[in-house]
This record gives sequence, C-alpha cells and structure tokens, in this order.
Amino acid sequence: MNKSIALDIQNVSKQYRLGKVGTGTLSHDLNRWWASIRGKEDPYLKIGETNDRTKKGSSEYVWALKDVDFQIEQGDAVGIIGRNGAGKSTLLKLLSRVTKPTTGSIKYKGRIASLLEVGTGFHPEMTGRENIYLNGAILGMTKKEIARKFDEIVDFSGVERYIDTPVKRYSSGMYVRLAFAVAAHLESEILIVDEVLAVGDAEFQKKCLGKMGDVSKGEGRTVLFVSHNMGSIKALCSKGLFMETGTVKYAGDIDSSIQLYMESNAGDAILKTSSIFNDLPEKPMVINHVQLLKNGQPTDSPLLDFHDKIGFEITLSIKEKVANRGIVIYCKDQFDTIMLNFDISTLENLILHRDSGVYKIRVEYPVPFLKQGTYTFDFEIGHFGSTPDQYERNGIGIDIDILSKHIRYQAADKKRPGIFNIEPTWQYLKANL
Amino acid sequence: MPLESNVVKKQEHWDEVITSKTGLFDLKLREVWKYRDLVSLLVRRDFVTSFKQTILGPLWFFISPMLTSAIYIIIFTVIARIPTDGIPPILFYLSGITLWNYFSSALTLTSNVFTANANVFGKVYFPRLVMPLSIIISRLMQFGVQMLLFFVFWLYYWMQGVIEPNIWLLAVPYYVLLCSIIAMGLGLIFSSLTTKYKDVSMLLGFCIQLWMYATPVIYPSSIMPASVKVYLQYNPMIGIFEGFKYAFLGKGSFDPTILFYPTAFAIIILALGVLIFNKVEKSFMDTV
Repeated sequence: MNKSIALDIQNVSKQYRLGKVGTGTLSHDLNRWWASIRGKEDPYLKIGETNDRTKKGSSEYVWALKDVDFQIEQGDAVGIIGRNGAGKSTLLKLLSRVTKPTTGSIKYKGRIASLLEVGTGFHPEMTGRENIYLNGAILGMTKKEIARKFDEIVDFSGVERYIDTPVKRYSSGMYVRLAFAVAAHLESEILIVDEVLAVGDAEFQKKCLGKMGDVSKGEGRTVLFVSHNMGSIKALCSKGLFMETGTVKYAGDIDSSIQLYMESNAGDAILKTSSIFNDLPEKPMVINHVQLLKNGQPTDSPLLDFHDKIGFEITLSIKEKVANRGIVIYCKDQFDTIMLNFDISTLENLILHRDSGVYKIRVEYPVPFLKQGTYTFDFEIGHFGSTPDQYERNGIGIDIDILSKHIRYQAADKKRPGIFNIEPTWQYLKANL
Repeated sequence: MPLESNVVKKQEHWDEVITSKTGLFDLKLREVWKYRDLVSLLVRRDFVTSFKQTILGPLWFFISPMLTSAIYIIIFTVIARIPTDGIPPILFYLSGITLWNYFSSALTLTSNVFTANANVFGKVYFPRLVMPLSIIISRLMQFGVQMLLFFVFWLYYWMQGVIEPNIWLLAVPYYVLLCSIIAMGLGLIFSSLTTKYKDVSMLLGFCIQLWMYATPVIYPSSIMPASVKVYLQYNPMIGIFEGFKYAFLGKGSFDPTILFYPTAFAIIILALGVLIFNKVEKSFMDTV
C-alpha cells in the first residue's frame, strides 16, 4: 500500500548550552553576532558533545538531538522510547513548535496537536466550563468548535457535576480528567502525546488509551506517543522509534524497538546478574555472593528468554555450626508481589550442622515458569520458627528480565492472563472402554 | 526510517515547515487572526479572575484610582502646594493617573509576557503575539471602566462651569491609541530582552517610575522649568498627556504639531518591537 508521509524530519539537531545564564552569556552572544555580520558560521555550532547526562563533559554546549532523520506515514501510531535524557522530549518540543531546531527541517501536513502536558493554561479560579473554553482555545480550537464538542468533552471527563465549580476545588484526578478530555477532542491530523497518562485512575487511563487507539486506528490520524510504560506503548503503537543520547538508534516495528530499549536498560544498575552481599560479622552464617545461571551456565546478561531455565549459584560463609538457619529465596514481580518462595533449609544436609567454611550451593528451577516481565530474586537467611520480618536481609537481590524474543506459546506474553507460564507435557491416551 | 521507500518526496505539499531560520518579516498575522477567539478568552480570563474572592469585586477598579488620587492630593496639593492650573485637584490627578496607569501597566505586563507565561509557552504553540495583544486589550478595557469614574467628576465640574472641554475631545481615542502602541512596542522589545537577561525587568520598573515624573502626569507642564524642558522634549509621552488633558480640561495651551513626534515614535517602536519579538519567540524557551 502506498501511504503518504505525514511528517518528515530531516537532519534535525538541537543544541543547548549548559550551566547558568550569566556573565559569560553576553560575550558568547557578541561573538556570535560578530560572526554573523561577517557572514561566518556560528562559532559555537562546531563544538558540542553528545548528550550523556551521566558523564561529565568538557564542553558547555551539548547536542540534545543530533542529526535526527525519519519519516512517519499517515495513520501510523509511533511509540517513541528511550531512557531519560535520550532526547524524546526535545524532539516533541520541536514538533510542537515550542522551540526551533538548531539545524535541519521538520515538515508536516495538517495540524499538529501536542499534549506535552494536560491542562496547560488552566486557571484555578475559573470554573470547569470556563477552563474548557480557554484551554481549548490555547490548543487551537475556535469557540464554535468547542461549543459543538462541549457536551462530548464533559461526558468524556465524567466531572459533569463540578462543571461550574472553580477547578481549584477539583481533586487532582478530576483536574486531569477534564484537561485530557479537552485535549482528546482536538481535531488534528497529527497527535503528539507525552506521558500524560501517568496520572488518573486505572479506569481513566484505560479510557484515554482507548481514545488514542480510536484516534489512530479508527480515524486514521497519526499519533506520536512517548511513554516509559511499555505495556501502553505496545497496546497503542504499531511502529517504534528507539532513541539514545540524542540520536535515533532504531526506527521500525514496535517489538524490536522495545527489545532494544530493554537491552539498553540492561547495562544500567537496575538489572543485575550477580550480587555481592554485605558481611554481617556477628551472624553465624552469611550469604557472600549470588550468581545468576542461565540453563546451568553463569551469565552476564540479565535478559533471559522465557524458556531459559533459571538458576543461581550461592556462595555462603558458615562461621559456626548452625542448627536452625536456612536460605529463603523469594521471587517477586515488578510490583513486589511475591510469586514464589522456597526454603533451602528443608534440605537439611546442605546447611545444617556443617563445619565453618565457605560453601557453594547451586539452585536450579527444573522448568521455565516465569512469563515476560521484570523480576527480582531476593536471598535471605531465615531462622526456624521465626516470621519473615525477622529474617536477615544483608543485601539486595538479583534482577532479571524475561523477554519473549521467541514466543512459541502466546501464553508467555504478559498481556495474556495468568501469573506463571509452565509448559505442561502432553500425551495421548487410548480411550479405554 | 525505512517506511518511506515508495513515496516521491519532491511532489509533496507541506502545510508547515519548521526550520532554524525564520524570515524577519514573517509575522504570521493571518495566524494571529485565526486565534482571535483565544485573544477574547484571555481578555475574559483577566477580567473574570482579577477580583475573584474579593467582597468589593469590580468596585476595586474605582477604589484604587480614588485612593491614589487622594494620596496625591494630600502630598502634592495640600503639603507641597504644587498648582494644578486652576483645575480641581481630584479631576487633574484622576485624568493623569488613569491614563498613566493604563500605559504603565500595559508596558509592564507586556514586557513580562515571556517570563510570566513560560509554562504555557513551553508546552503549547500558538502565535505568541496573541499574548501581548490580549494584555493590551484587557488593560484597555480596564482603562475604559476607570474612565467612567473620571467622567462622573468631569461631568459634575463641567456643569459647574469650572472646566472648558473642547473639540479636541475627538482626538482622545487617538491619544489612547498612541499610548497603546508605545506600550506594546516597548513592551515587546523589553520582553525579548528579559528572556535572556533578567536584569532588564529590574531596570524597567525603575525606569517607568522615573518616566512618570518626566511626564506631566501629576503636575502641569506649565511649572516645568525651561532648562529641564530642553531635555524632556524627546519624551513622546509629554505631547500625548498635554493633548489628553487639554481636551478634557481646556486649561493651558495646546499646539497640535506637538503630536508629530509621538506619532513617529510610536510607529517606529511598534515595528521594531514586533520584529524583535518575532525573532525571539521561536527559541526563547531555551533561555527563559
């Protein structure tokens, strides 16, 4: 199918100056001006560094975006993902014409409506009704358009009862509902949304996503959506744009973009394949170190495919003989719900009554059981007869990420119901009369 | 992005092109016109919200110039004994204060337009000129309301035969227009400077105060010494205020040629202001 391009971004870069605006600014401005009247290029455009917020740079100038170049076809829903500081918001700012690019050009067809924030220009003293009109006008609607959609907006927001009350009396949820309702009824060919769904209750978030889905799928409008919530990105978008340090690293289908994003996160301190625990000198037994095993082999990557077998190698110091201790392993999901817990102490010969020394224990789960997602394994030392809050926690656990790189069974997909994914064995039995 | 393979780019028609360079004279006035509803809603917002949760409400429009006039009468007429050219002091001060308040508030608010609206400007695009325009219009309406108070006193003294209004009353809208243009033009210039150098807004507050004393607002120009007048002839507001007061109060002398300079000044300042504003608005978010 031959679809037309709705948005064309060519070699767009954006340079920012770091630090404070102060006395140095004037001299730089004068240099710039002097260069421009002599017909020379801006001297500060040549310098500048890649924007990596974690590293200390030598230049005051950074490129928040560098040579960004892509096209979006009409009717596509594109998820823009990347870690903090990757340039997502800068890109959206340029698209919304809040600021202009340093170099390059952006071309588009139709109107762009951008929701970098909901409720821009809401005045707390004014009523919901007055704010709908004002906010709508700020977003580019005419009074007539707003009047025509007024009932629809109020209905969508679900705050009809408060519509003639000043919005400063609203709960923050109601405020956001009203604000999003106005924005959702904008008539534009291109809609840009920046993580505004983070607020509001679950029901409303669902409603917003539904509305945005209608916009892109039903009405054939182009949607650009920035979020850190991979679930909503995946639900809404068919295309993805993965950004890192101001450049577009990948543009294509959404699944690959998300996977690249997850893998880029893996280098971060958040996900770990091994953990060194603090020594607690007064304790008779401590865990020194835990290493993640993937299919029985130590691995450096915290990314496991869902049918990899998970295991751990635990290094343990026993300082004196223990009769009532054991290791407890918890597996928690991203919401800290304990999915699984297992006491090694029940295997008595492993720990109990051993001489002091350093021991290694290998723990392996015989079948894959976790679905796609991020999980944490915590290792604790428990006493017999004590409650979990008395357990000794001398460190943090291991985080792993289960990907569905090669989904053979749909059941491993996070969106499918169920907590665990355990593949049963199948066998045909002869029907016996 | 490998999405565009089978599209011929050359024949595309684009509704909008954003680049780093913008034309100096690309004022997008048509776009401002498209957003006229926003201007009217912003003016409405200013009116509706200015006296929310006050008991006296819109009465404050009248109370504040009355109080200011009372203070000036006490200080300048009673204590310092500065003459008012035989005009009743309340009328003299009210006329000057009402027009000057309009001018100075319009100028101050316009010059702060970027800093005061940074949160809105940073999130949504609309032609930025909408904001200063709505400020001027909303101040103008406030000025209109306050003039009602002045008219009450003015009619009373006119009936009494104390003052002699004349045909120059027809020129009053023009004086107000000149004030608006100068306030907006200067405001736009200063607003563009404040985005980067906040020093400017500090300086401006002081300058406006000084400017009031360099203009016959609270004293008649007849008491201005000739040695000072030489320096003050470049003040465009003098002609405007003299014309304004002469039209209503009919005291003193008035030479219409004095208006040439303020007119030229207003036109040049507005043109300059709009050009600078237009240049800055594209990227002010990076510096504000």
